[in-house]
This record gives sequence, structure tokens and C-alpha cells, in this order.
Amino acid sequence: MINLDFQAVLVEWPLLLKGAAATLALTAASATIGMGLGVACAWARTHGSAWLKFVVGTYVELIRNTPFIVQLFFLFFGLPSIGVKLSPEFASVLAMVVNLGAYACEIVRAGISATPRGQIEAARSLAMSEAQVFTRVVLPPALKRVWPAMVSQIIIVMLGSAVCGQISTQELSYAANLIQSRNFRAFEAFIIATLMYLVLSIAVRRLLNWAGPRFIFGR
Amino acid sequence: MVDFSLWDIFRNLLMAVRWTVVLSLIAFVGGGLIGLALLIARIAKWPGIEPVVAGYVQLFQGTPLLMQLFFLFFGLSSLGFQVSAWTAAAIGLTLYTSAFLTEIWRGCVNSVSKGQWEASSALALNLREQLRYVIGPQALKVAVPPTVGFLVQVVKGTALASVIGFTELTKTGTTIANATFKPFTVYACVALLYFILCFPISLWARSLERKLHGQR
Repeated sequence: MINLDFQAVLVEWPLLLKGAAATLALTAASATIGMGLGVACAWARTHGSAWLKFVVGTYVELIRNTPFIVQLFFLFFGLPSIGVKLSPEFASVLAMVVNLGAYACEIVRAGISATPRGQIEAARSLAMSEAQVFTRVVLPPALKRVWPAMVSQIIIVMLGSAVCGQISTQELSYAANLIQSRNFRAFEAFIIATLMYLVLSIAVRRLLNWAGPRFIFGR
Repeated sequence: MVDFSLWDIFRNLLMAVRWTVVLSLIAFVGGGLIGLALLIARIAKWPGIEPVVAGYVQLFQGTPLLMQLFFLFFGLSSLGFQVSAWTAAAIGLTLYTSAFLTEIWRGCVNSVSKGQWEASSALALNLREQLRYVIGPQALKVAVPPTVGFLVQVVKGTALASVIGFTELTKTGTTIANATFKPFTVYACVALLYFILCFPISLWARSLERKLHGQR
């Protein structure tokens, strides 16, 4: 009775491939900016004034305790009513950046707080400025320590980006939905898209584990 | 046109919170039971179970929860199985939760030192007794904080059930936003309600963790 027709889905491979590329592009953009935001917030939470710490702390808790889909809907559907109109792609990247930034902040902060006191004192006694101490002595080993957690978080954000199809960003889940609405092969379309996500998440993990020591924190 | 006050919006959202809570509890309890069964099968070293559980965990952790729900809801019904949004959401979230919990708990069991296993088997305890009296209590202590922390992920995960049409907090928010034309206020209220649900759990998890590390 059940007849499966994967061919009907696979002939739409240009759509699937474009969707996967869009998912990767969203992830790359939001990972780059989001990690930057995370580092900045981690600095603010460890070195900033009490006021700054409070503001960043509130941001982190608000994001970490609400679902990504609500954050995305708020940006995409909510902001236009106060006059800020965003394109689906921009809203998606913005939501992913804001989301990753909050988690990255906590991850980087954990790495920073594990810095041995002596290293900072040694750097200061070599007449390095506070900025130099942070960017050259504290940050690289901190990132190295927490890199596995960071990689996992980036992958969680990439998988979360499946929701962005709901505001018509044309990524992988959007492509799967489009295909199944054309040929009614929902079972096959979602199996293939899910497997593509699985491959993407394994590949991105490999790539980041390889790239981290080479480009982000040295050695 | 009917005018909706802030209280009208908030009150209706508040009514929807219970479905988010119910779905979270089903997923958490069901996922916990399946996760525990998988964990025990792994510890008992059933032949061939290790790669199966590893693949199961990889599958659920490496693919979007949304895709899993789509698959259960649209995919299965296209094959002729009638699956309601309720069933699809409950099954999807339960399986998703079980994959994460079994992996978290495995780490906790592994954190119990090997000597405890050896000592208890030297005392001729069988596997059930070892788990019940020696390994279980020690692993449980380590397991509570991350398990409570994961509950927050489950509550947030239920928001995705809105996409397949299960009427919980997010879906109700979308409906109200469409009816009132006040998406800014509505989604802010939705986010606030999730925050009210999740933040105390986060704080609880954090205090449990602090207590655990304080003991050492």
C-alpha cells in the first residue's frame, strides 16, 4: 500500500541544494557576528561597570529563557508595527545573532573566569595595556578552553534556523516544504531534508573543530 | 471593530500557558522514562545496543526539532497514518527529550568512579542492586542540576509545536496577533510568559549546581 517515491523529491535537487547553501550562509553570518557579540558581552560581564553588567545580564537571561521562534516572530512581525520593517533574511540573521550572542556570552565568560590570576599579573607587569591583556592574554586561551561548547552552540543555532522558513526565508526547511507542497511527497521530502541537516551538522562540527585552532585562537 | 485591551490579550495568553505546561510535562516525563530505559540498556551492555543508541542520539541531536515534528505530522499523514497535532507534538518532543536526557545521564553515570563498580561487584551485588544502592544514588546527585536545566530547553522546544498547529502559547499568540493587529504587544507578552515559566527553573538549576559543587 505504502509506495515511496524518493525520485520525485530528488529531481528537485537544485532547490534542496540552494536551501542547504542558504542555511549554511545564515549560519556562517550569524556565527561570525554572534561570536563577536558574545565576546563583547562576556567582556562587559567580567570587566564592565555595574550598570553595564546589569544590562548585559538582563539581555542574556531574556534570550536564554525564551524560545527562538518567539524572538524571531517578535523581530519580524512585531517590529513593523513600531515602524521597523525587516526583510525575512535580515530578520533571520538578526534573530540568530541575538540568540547566539547571549549563549556565546555565557560560554566565553566561563572560559575567561578560568584564566589563572598569575597570567594577568604577568601581562600587566610587562606593561601591557588592559586592552592588550584582554585580547592577547585572556581571550585566546579562554576561547580554546570553551571551543567544543561554542561549536555545539553554533550547531544548535544552525538547526534552530529551520524555523526561519516560517517567515519565508528560503532555507532548507523552506525548500522541503515547497517541494512537498508541489508533489505531496511529504514523507520523502522531510526524510531527505532531515538527513541533509544531519550531514550539515556533522560537517559543520568537523569544519569548526578543524578551523578553531588554526584561525581563531592559534595552535 | 472590537477593541482588545492589554488585559484581554494577557488573559487569553495566560489560558494557553497550561497547554505549554502540559506538553512540557508529557515530553519531560515520557522522555525521562525512555531515556532511562536506553541508559539502562546501555549500562547492561545489551548486545548491539551501543551503536543503536549512539545513532538515535546523533539523529535527534543533529537534526532540527522542527523537521522531526514536520516528519511526524505531515510525513506520516502523507503515508495514510492519521496523526493529530497533539500526538505528533507529544511523540516528537518525547523522543527529542529522551535522546538528550539519556546522553546527559550517561555522562553522570560515567562520572561515578570505576572503583565503585568494582567494589560493588566484589560484594556480589548484581546489576540491579549495583544501580539501586551504589551507582544510582551517586549518579543521581550529579544528574539533578543538568536535568533541571534541560527542562528549560523542553519548555522552549514546545514553542515549535505551534508550527504544526498545536494550540499552545506561541500559536495562541499568533492567533491573537492576527486578530488584534498588535503583534508587538502580543509577542512581547508571549516572550514574557515564557520568561516567567523558564527563568525560575534556570535559577533553580543554577542553585542546585552551586550546591553540588559546594559539597566537594
